[in-house]
Amino acid sequence: MADDEILLEVEGLSTRLGGTVKAVDGVDLTIRRGETFALLGESGCGKSMTALSLMRLLPSGGRIIAGAARLGETPLLKLSEQQMREVRGGRIGMIFQEPMTSLNPVLTIGDQIAEAVRRHDPRPGKGVRERVLELLKLVHIPAPEQRIDEYPHQLSGGMKQRVMIAGALAGRPDLLIADEPTTALDVTIQAQVLRLLKELQHETGMAILLITHDLGVVAETADRVAVMYAGEIVETGPVAPFFGQPLHPYSRKLFQSLPNKEKRGNRLDVIEGMVPPLDQPHPRCRFSPRCPLAEGRCDRETPQLAAHDEQRAVRCHFPDKPLPHIDAVPKGASGATASAIQPLLATHDLQVHFPIRKGILKRTVGHVRAVDGIDLRIPTGRTLGLVGESGCGKTTVGKGILQLIRPTGGRVMFDDTDLTALTGNDLRRRRGEIQIIFQDPFSSMNPRMTIGDIVAEGMVAQGMEKNRLACEQRVKVLLEKVGIRGDTIHRYPHEFSGGQRQRICIARALAVEPKLIICDEPTSALDVSVQAQILNLLADLQQEMGLSYLFITHNISAVSYIAHEVAVMYLGRIVESGATDRILENPRHPYTRALLASVPQADPAARHTIPALPGDLPSPASPPDGCHFHPRCPDAGDDCRRRYPDSRELADGRMVKCYRVED
Amino acid sequence: MTAYIIRRILYAIPILIGVNILTFLLFFVLNSPEDMARMHLGEKRVTEGAIASWKAERGYDMPLLYNAGAEGLGKISETIFFEKSLKLFRFEFGSSDSGRDIGHDISQRMWPSLAIAVPVLIIGLAVNITFALLIAFFRATYIDLWSVVLCVVLMSISSLFYIIGGQYLVSKLLHLVPISGYDTGISAIKFLVLPVIIGVIGGIGAGTRWYRTLFLEEINKDYVRTARAKGLSERVVLFRHVLKNAMIPILTGVVVVLPLLFTGSLITESFFGIPGLGSYTIDAINNQDFAIVRAMVFLGSVLYILGLLLTDISYTLVDPRVRLS
Repeated sequence: MADDEILLEVEGLSTRLGGTVKAVDGVDLTIRRGETFALLGESGCGKSMTALSLMRLLPSGGRIIAGAARLGETPLLKLSEQQMREVRGGRIGMIFQEPMTSLNPVLTIGDQIAEAVRRHDPRPGKGVRERVLELLKLVHIPAPEQRIDEYPHQLSGGMKQRVMIAGALAGRPDLLIADEPTTALDVTIQAQVLRLLKELQHETGMAILLITHDLGVVAETADRVAVMYAGEIVETGPVAPFFGQPLHPYSRKLFQSLPNKEKRGNRLDVIEGMVPPLDQPHPRCRFSPRCPLAEGRCDRETPQLAAHDEQRAVRCHFPDKPLPHIDAVPKGASGATASAIQPLLATHDLQVHFPIRKGILKRTVGHVRAVDGIDLRIPTGRTLGLVGESGCGKTTVGKGILQLIRPTGGRVMFDDTDLTALTGNDLRRRRGEIQIIFQDPFSSMNPRMTIGDIVAEGMVAQGMEKNRLACEQRVKVLLEKVGIRGDTIHRYPHEFSGGQRQRICIARALAVEPKLIICDEPTSALDVSVQAQILNLLADLQQEMGLSYLFITHNISAVSYIAHEVAVMYLGRIVESGATDRILENPRHPYTRALLASVPQADPAARHTIPALPGDLPSPASPPDGCHFHPRCPDAGDDCRRRYPDSRELADGRMVKCYRVED
Repeated sequence: MTAYIIRRILYAIPILIGVNILTFLLFFVLNSPEDMARMHLGEKRVTEGAIASWKAERGYDMPLLYNAGAEGLGKISETIFFEKSLKLFRFEFGSSDSGRDIGHDISQRMWPSLAIAVPVLIIGLAVNITFALLIAFFRATYIDLWSVVLCVVLMSISSLFYIIGGQYLVSKLLHLVPISGYDTGISAIKFLVLPVIIGVIGGIGAGTRWYRTLFLEEINKDYVRTARAKGLSERVVLFRHVLKNAMIPILTGVVVVLPLLFTGSLITESFFGIPGLGSYTIDAINNQDFAIVRAMVFLGSVLYILGLLLTDISYTLVDPRVRLS
């Protein structure tokens, strides 16, 4: 097969939603056979709509108004619906972001794959089941003969995504459209899936259109990339030069807003302002209101996607003009040794167990050891990053500290008081001192309350401000502090964007003057540029008010940027903890090593065969005997199977629980 | 899952006891046997003797809860609560105030009730699902819009209108079937056709509109998009994927009313002169025959509880997420 043979050519594709919203506005793309083409952009930029337009699977109200798309010789947008059904699942396969909801819950996975097989690869009765088994083996589903008759809810998230891929491969497609295929998955599972996609591409020679918001995933997997902004492609080219020197100011700003350890102590760059509304005409460059390079010309003249060199094209008048330098704002002394300072919060052997009830009388037959003996220390004014994959119990740690779930055992010492011993009013009085910020800023605010009432509620509950006017004044000051205009206090949460909502949640937490804020995945639901704003805000507030944070997340780069110390959690226990630099630069526990290696780096030069940590996180209801990690551990020995290793302190001050780690 | 079902059955026991006590309170404490006797004997001059003999004939002369005059177990068993209320658990309904055996009456009259209720349920279900699927197929078009408007209109019209209108049109003007009455055996059909059709039509509005909502909710789910992305036709998507998921709430909604089919429909049976349990109840209310009303209230409650129990069980059968966990 010729490498340069063009498989899909899209010209001037324009799609409208609800008649007026130009979700996709004149998109041109070419995808060659066998290559991985990444479509990169933040939420709402039109990347998914582009893919759904190509499949002609737009949601109701969506309409393609202009453009052409040719798959080989087939004009996709001119086919009848019946001909298009031959293409869908046949020549183009598609997988989606949410494997949890993208499979039919009442059909077995075998049935769902068989449907695609029968549709596109007709064969007599028995052959279908064999082909389904073959596909399940192809995507490395363990024990396919047994799995084929299971229902989606019996499979883990990673397994479901494999099933989705198997279904998409049934018609032996030339092109696989993968719409955020790993966004809902944990990093170690993401690494498995990305690796699988690469392997399948190698075996079948299909091209992949990878839709993602994650620069790391692009660097790790793609050959060429196109960046979308407000319905348009603003830059396109091969991955290596793109990561070497992005051309469009938007792409450049995206890179600068990525948190990582080099940027520690500096402010992250942010993209000011918001994406322009897509239901209005754009008489000028769409990015100019937010662009640091914008000049008069940008406001007068709409730039075209023009060739920059042989391989790259960019939609900007000044692709070679350097961005203004961002000032490195050094933060307060971050080098103070943590252990010398009296900790603000210390947990001792914190345990949260949930009973498993079974049988007619619902007797307790066992426990889910969600949190199983955790020791954490957070000194005043510092940040501890608690890192782990979903289901490892990290959120439960936060709730256990807050006493939102009463711990089963252990102590939570806060300012020399054991919170687990407090009840009723004593506990309520202390609640103001520890606050929490949740992952989803929208669902954590009451939609029927104004943001003023939301922020004030805690102050009223704590009896801090009796006077109504003074209270309102304080709310305004708090909102201004987090960057929300004070005159918006009578508005409702839905009137704000995701980033603004998270700022309001932060103001709500600050209202009761806490000493410690538990941040539970505060940026996971946000785009990269917005994430940067929130991280900056958290860092500023810490410096200004001496706050301590427990930063719970699965996002290693955010931790490396903001946390002073980090604790890595696996199945209810901390496996390694210590200073962030030491742990992230030189991880010692095999799980920490695998976890860090699974994080895709935004640097194609560092592209490596993604190490795949085998298997899934075991159920915390029945953790493996001995070290919980040993079934997935490359270094496991007999002693690991027998007993959970004790915590050891290494010479560099870190704590680690592993027999294989030498000091 | 067996444990789940057994637990559900155990839950039903206290509810049944509660229902029994509540019916007892309603029919013997709030409305004492004395009142019943006066009501029955009417405006005529009532003597104490007449009341006492009326009560004695029907066994209402015993104490309510505790019989101090009786021997041994009789202290408990020779009471109204034991004789009239607890025996309901064994489906011994006793005699009506006019002296007929209620249990026998019920076993006779449930068949005409079922003869109407079962076809109405089955045909209604088929018609409503078909219409709802059609509307779902034409979603977000004018067909969808006007179908919903029509459903709301159909829902808003009283069922009395359908009955009287149907009788006038079909029986009086067109002389196709008799206006009312009933017969045994195969000749019952000509009496049943009209009430069944009217029962189905009366249910179309609410049923179709509800099922349409269920279908549309499923159609917008992610797995439907996946099914389309496989290249499946809209027909397969609707029947195989959407219908199968929407059938879970539909089935459980149907199962809950299954036991209640026995008790028939009060209004339809009265208007068409069908000797079923519905008209039985209405007649009993008109005649102030509290023994029958009490029996029907208790029976209705028991059947409703049975329906809820069956719903819980059917849910575990149709939904693999419940069945396998």
